[in-house]
Amino acid sequence: MTRLLDSVLRILALARKELLAVLKDKRSRMSLLVPPVVQALIFGYAATYDLNHVPYVALDLDRSEASQQLLSGLDGSGVFERVADVRRPADAAPLLDARRAVLIVQINQNFERQLLTGRGADIQVIADGRNSNTAGTAMGYVNNVVQRFNADLGAQHGWPAAPVQLAMRAWYNPNLETRWFMIPGMIGTLTLIQTMMLTAMSVAREREQGTFDQLLVTPFRPFEIMAGKALPSMFVGAIQAAGVLLVAQLWFRIPFVGSYLTLAIGLLLFVLAAVGIGLLISSVAATMQQAMLYSMLLIMPFSLLSGLTTPLSSMPDWLQYLTAINPLRYAIDITRRVYLEGAGLTLLTPDLWPLMLLAVLTLSGASWMFGHRMQ
Amino acid sequence: MVAPDSPTIGSWHGKLRRVRALMWKETHQVVRDPSSIAIGVVLPLILILLFGYGLSLDVKNVPIALVIEQPSQPASELTAAFQLSPYFQPRVLRSMAPAQQLLTEHAVDGILDIPADFARHFSAGNAQLQLIVHGGDANRARIIEGYVQGAIGVWSARERAQGQDATAVPVNVQSRLWFNEADDSRYFLVPGLVVLVMTLIGGLLTAMVMAREWERGTLEALLVTPVRSDEILLGKTLPYFFLALIGFGLCVFSARVLFHVPMRGAVWVLLGASMLYVLVALGIGLLISSWVKNQLIASQLTMLATFLPAFMLSGFLFDLRSTPIAVQVVTYLLPARYYVALLQTVFLAGNVWSVVIPNTLALAAMAGALGLGSRAALRKSLE
Repeated sequence: MTRLLDSVLRILALARKELLAVLKDKRSRMSLLVPPVVQALIFGYAATYDLNHVPYVALDLDRSEASQQLLSGLDGSGVFERVADVRRPADAAPLLDARRAVLIVQINQNFERQLLTGRGADIQVIADGRNSNTAGTAMGYVNNVVQRFNADLGAQHGWPAAPVQLAMRAWYNPNLETRWFMIPGMIGTLTLIQTMMLTAMSVAREREQGTFDQLLVTPFRPFEIMAGKALPSMFVGAIQAAGVLLVAQLWFRIPFVGSYLTLAIGLLLFVLAAVGIGLLISSVAATMQQAMLYSMLLIMPFSLLSGLTTPLSSMPDWLQYLTAINPLRYAIDITRRVYLEGAGLTLLTPDLWPLMLLAVLTLSGASWMFGHRMQ
Repeated sequence: MVAPDSPTIGSWHGKLRRVRALMWKETHQVVRDPSSIAIGVVLPLILILLFGYGLSLDVKNVPIALVIEQPSQPASELTAAFQLSPYFQPRVLRSMAPAQQLLTEHAVDGILDIPADFARHFSAGNAQLQLIVHGGDANRARIIEGYVQGAIGVWSARERAQGQDATAVPVNVQSRLWFNEADDSRYFLVPGLVVLVMTLIGGLLTAMVMAREWERGTLEALLVTPVRSDEILLGKTLPYFFLALIGFGLCVFSARVLFHVPMRGAVWVLLGASMLYVLVALGIGLLISSWVKNQLIASQLTMLATFLPAFMLSGFLFDLRSTPIAVQVVTYLLPARYYVALLQTVFLAGNVWSVVIPNTLALAAMAGALGLGSRAALRKSLE
């Protein structure tokens, strides 16, 4: 019992020393605490697939009342901005090329006449495919405006409506705002980078400076050194995660539906796995440069192939299997589901046990490596 | 600092010799130290492969629950239309409760409810269907809505055409996508990924190397030699410049060969812009390392200053026009923004000078400013 207590005391003493070493220096303190919050603020605004400003070129060859009405429907939607009115297709193309407009809306001659005879008329919409996702979303908006135009026109003339109407409802995010999806996902992403790097570099630095050998001649056992290195990083990770969560709730006002306890359990497991990976890296790396390189090699794929911005289900199968070792993938799923859907622990089991497994494997691996290297 | 301009030190000849000697030394170091080669060559290759395959916004095989409350001919025809579509993986159910359970578990992305009186209303021409989507991923939800609308529209138009009751839709939108006719999201993501990779490796190469020299005191050792600060800068940067260009070559090669991204602009435009950008990225690394002089902080700062902003704020994924003004101002300060515009245009649209010239000028200005900035920082630190 006293041995256990001694061990805990030693771990805490080491953790305290590590934490002081990190937080004592003002620059290093700032570099750990400020970036996540600032990034959450900026990226929160930037990382959205929703469009609120779509510049377009009107190429109205009909110049009729109906065509003007359709175009003013676009202008009045609050999303589209008519940057130019041109008469010839050749005048429209350079504007799209120069990225001054995303869309060209072309209304051909006889548009109104065809419309009034009930035969139906076509309009052409050309979009800039240099970002085909933005283009697709913008086209979707045009379709909505045209549908409303059709419905109004049909009502005026007593034409029959389409035989099948589709009514849509979205669960968990009623207005389909990307921000609701992105910002909770950032809690894990912004935390991962620094937590993992901090851990990976901490041991490597001591090794490079030779202080690691001094640690070895103290009564610390390898396991205790590892725990002493892990705790401060976990602490920093927890603070960062809390900071981003506060930004999401207080600044962006995204309603939190779930339970904080569930989220805390999920994030704790995630930070543990991230620290475990960091420790594993630092047990393999001989220099800081190597530690840095290995962490980069993991952090970039972890954060891009996590489902944060592009869905996992759009990846090829072999890559989906490979993301099984990505702790961020589970963390993002957990935060989103707790945050937006109020999911409980049972629904989250498929995310929780892989995190637990990752934490156990990496921590025991790192512990073995430390012991092994010390002989 | 250095002795005042004595004839041998000030002359061009001496300058060239010293830069060459430094470059030679640095090249040796690069060749002997596998980590810079790993950053410059292996990292870009791995990243472009993983991300090229991994990042895609194309939605296919959407798992969707079709709830048929009462079997009827139109209901089963509609089901068949969904089953035949490559976009959907329908699961047919008889009631809402299990479908909602599936949606809660996120086993399906949406539920299409076909009500019991669908057949009757369909023949009367006023049927209503209800679609519930999982709104978590709003972008995906909107794409799915479009697909469902499309599938139903095509099916009902065909049904109606058979029934000889051809009342056309008043206005029909015909859409075309320029520069990316196949609507493959990879076409615009891969050029963006090249930006991401080049930003990161450029910054890392110099940030880590210089910070290490500061930590070890080897830069101060250089100070007692007759080498001047701009010569140190040049001698240190050039080897990494060529290393990064090799990485760039590998990225472009993969983009063309593995991901079949078209290359519609001229190669020299691509290369010229990329050389400028590599200089900018190296300059950021230099500036960071001479400012903090500590590998741990330098690496963290480089990561924060390059990777995430290039990912989130460059216009590579998200449309910058829809962000608030304050954020747009920030994006104008980021070199990645100009390079993304350049690469997406040169790869997909061609040599559009109205895009190429202003963006290249912006990059050139940044490269110049960063070069002067790092020289000043180096001078100041050496004094």
